[in-house]
Amino acid sequence: MRSYLLNRAWQSLVTLVLATVVVFLGVRALPGDPALALAGEDRTPEALAAIRERYGLDQPLPLQFWHFVSNAAHGDLGTSVRTGQSVNDMLRTALPVTLELSLLAIAIAVVLGVGAGVVAAVRRGRPAEWVANAFALLGLSVPHFWLGLIAILYLSVATGLFPASGFVPLGEDPVSNLHHVILPALILGTGLSAVIMRQTRSSMLDSLSTDYVRTAEAKGLRPSVVVRRHALRNSLIVVVTIVGLQLGGLISGAVVTEQIFGLPGFGKMTIDAVFQRDYPVIQAVVLVTATAYIVINFAVDLLYSIIDPRVRVTGEAS
Amino acid sequence: MTATATTATPDTGTAPVLEVAGLGVRFATESGTLSAVDGVDLSLAPGEIVGIVGESGCGKSVTAMSLAGLLPRSAKIEGSVRLLGTELVGAKPGVLRAARGQDIAYIFQEPMSSLNPVLTVGRQITEVLQVHEKLSRKEALERAVELLGVVGIPSPRERVKHYPHQLSGGMRQRVMIAMAVACQPRVLVADEPTTALDVTVQAGILDVLRGLRDRFGTSILVITHDLGVIADVADRVVVMYAGRVVERAGVDELFARPQHHYTSGLLSASPTPGRHAGTHRLQEIPGLVPVLSEQPDACTFADRCPAATDRCTTSRPVLEPARVSAPEPAQGRPMGQGGPDGLGREHLVACWHPRGDTPRLTPEDRA
Ligand SMILES: Nc1ncnc2c1ncn2[C@@H]1O[C@H](COP(=O)(O)OP(=O)(O)OP(=O)(O)O)[C@@H](O)[C@H]1O
Ligand SMILES: [Mg+2]
Repeated sequence: MRSYLLNRAWQSLVTLVLATVVVFLGVRALPGDPALALAGEDRTPEALAAIRERYGLDQPLPLQFWHFVSNAAHGDLGTSVRTGQSVNDMLRTALPVTLELSLLAIAIAVVLGVGAGVVAAVRRGRPAEWVANAFALLGLSVPHFWLGLIAILYLSVATGLFPASGFVPLGEDPVSNLHHVILPALILGTGLSAVIMRQTRSSMLDSLSTDYVRTAEAKGLRPSVVVRRHALRNSLIVVVTIVGLQLGGLISGAVVTEQIFGLPGFGKMTIDAVFQRDYPVIQAVVLVTATAYIVINFAVDLLYSIIDPRVRVTGEAS
Repeated sequence: MTATATTATPDTGTAPVLEVAGLGVRFATESGTLSAVDGVDLSLAPGEIVGIVGESGCGKSVTAMSLAGLLPRSAKIEGSVRLLGTELVGAKPGVLRAARGQDIAYIFQEPMSSLNPVLTVGRQITEVLQVHEKLSRKEALERAVELLGVVGIPSPRERVKHYPHQLSGGMRQRVMIAMAVACQPRVLVADEPTTALDVTVQAGILDVLRGLRDRFGTSILVITHDLGVIADVADRVVVMYAGRVVERAGVDELFARPQHHYTSGLLSASPTPGRHAGTHRLQEIPGLVPVLSEQPDACTFADRCPAATDRCTTSRPVLEPARVSAPEPAQGRPMGQGGPDGLGREHLVACWHPRGDTPRLTPEDRA
């Protein structure tokens, strides 16, 4: 297990460094001069030169890179060239919003997806399966930005059941916070839940026809126990993998959803930064995203080894 | 192990624990119905070991599964299965659940795939005890350790914590047996219990089965295509062909005077009773077991039979007492003992031209 962890840590480091290099160069390859964007009306050469000097844009690329990396390593992600705010501070307010949205969306997706998948498999060929399948098809084929717009139109604008935009931090007013986040989380979660449902259904169908499920039935266990303890436990191995793969998509899904619902989260911060050529913020955002991917993958691997004892043993052996 | 355990020899005078009459199983498949089992009669006396033998696809497993209603929903079952006096065909799910694991338990062919890979073997044994014997988790675990010891697994206290993939094939099959006998079922159905195992392990498993019968008086239905296994453990034999019972007799009697041409074909390369199991497989008879959609009014073996006549293709033979001279007294082992229905000791055959007293074909004769 220890060598496995070391191995993972090493891989993660390489991934991070690569991501940093790519984003650093990528940002600079974007069309448009950030100094021009920053200068506003005053586009005299002197003004532009002053801006370049202030933000270090006149320095050679390797030197700029070195500054970025060494500062990031010390936990300083720089200062926004647009607002002059520290990037760390911006992340501190934006990340919790996105984290809350994503976690809530995942929870909704897993509960809905696994639940509907199990029902569809157990009630195969009966009305319940049709309902679950129709739900999944809808969830897969309807883009969630559209779903979001429709939801705002009908549930917020027309009826006023939910706020159309804005955010209240969890610590300030939990009820109002949930009121703001639940609708976007539902929208974000349904797309993911459809994928989980299809996967759960097919792997449950596999598990339900295995020999060990027949053994469980031959023991005289209740159907609910057979399904939960024997079939579902094994199906989850596949489901966890799929959820893990989907979480990357969840991050980009969160960006779009936040934009639609006007949530001041990480996604909004990203989009603003890109449109405004805010180099330090873009770099920081990508660094955080890459880290998030790595952490998620790691968590999925750990979860995997908890569910499947065979993985646990190989982990120890290697 | 518990108070109900007996060390007596098989109790011969009592009613059968399992009585199967006119059992038929059809599957609804995409290409129409498939008749897998047709008119099977069986009985199992207390403490008796009965073997079902036949080639692959002749309906042995389907017969076994249908006893406790373990077939998929596509199976249509007819006839009667009475277990300790309770009818199981068409019984309510609750009745079936109460019987499974408690009165009738199964050992399946593939010990790897039949155990759940994500649960410890201890958990898989304790769950059956918790359901039927209402033991607490801790008591059940103690019993599980005991049971692993009974089936011959060394250091059972460590083994309960292991997962199936950490055990060898033979040990997994012992775990299956421990699981099956946890609640001391009256009937144990062992579907090819040794097929996936190598010879030395096979012998050990068969010893465990025999030990269970001797210690607890468990009645065992052993399903196999290995006549060596039959010769080794069975008291009586049921020979199946294409979903039907074609012959039934005590094991010595069957090996000495097979009446059906199918049986003698199977036996022609097989060991004599008493020789150890495992080294002999069914002699190939030319042709295949037919897959039937309808049960014809004919002998299903006629195509492959050396003695077939017109009558065999136009009229279905029924199981009748074989006309053979008086059987020699059984030597050493108990002969098959039947219930009051008289199904037991008799030698029955479903054939228009039974072999009668013709001596058994030996491998040398065939060569
Ligand atoms: N679930 C099912 N659906 C349709 N047909 C089935 C099903 N299960 C078994 N059968 C068919 O029933 C027949 C008998 O099968 P069964 O498994 O009982 O054979 P067997 O005697 O146990 O053979 P083996 O020695 O290979 O285990 C076969 O033709 C098989 O294809
Ligand atoms: Mg079989």
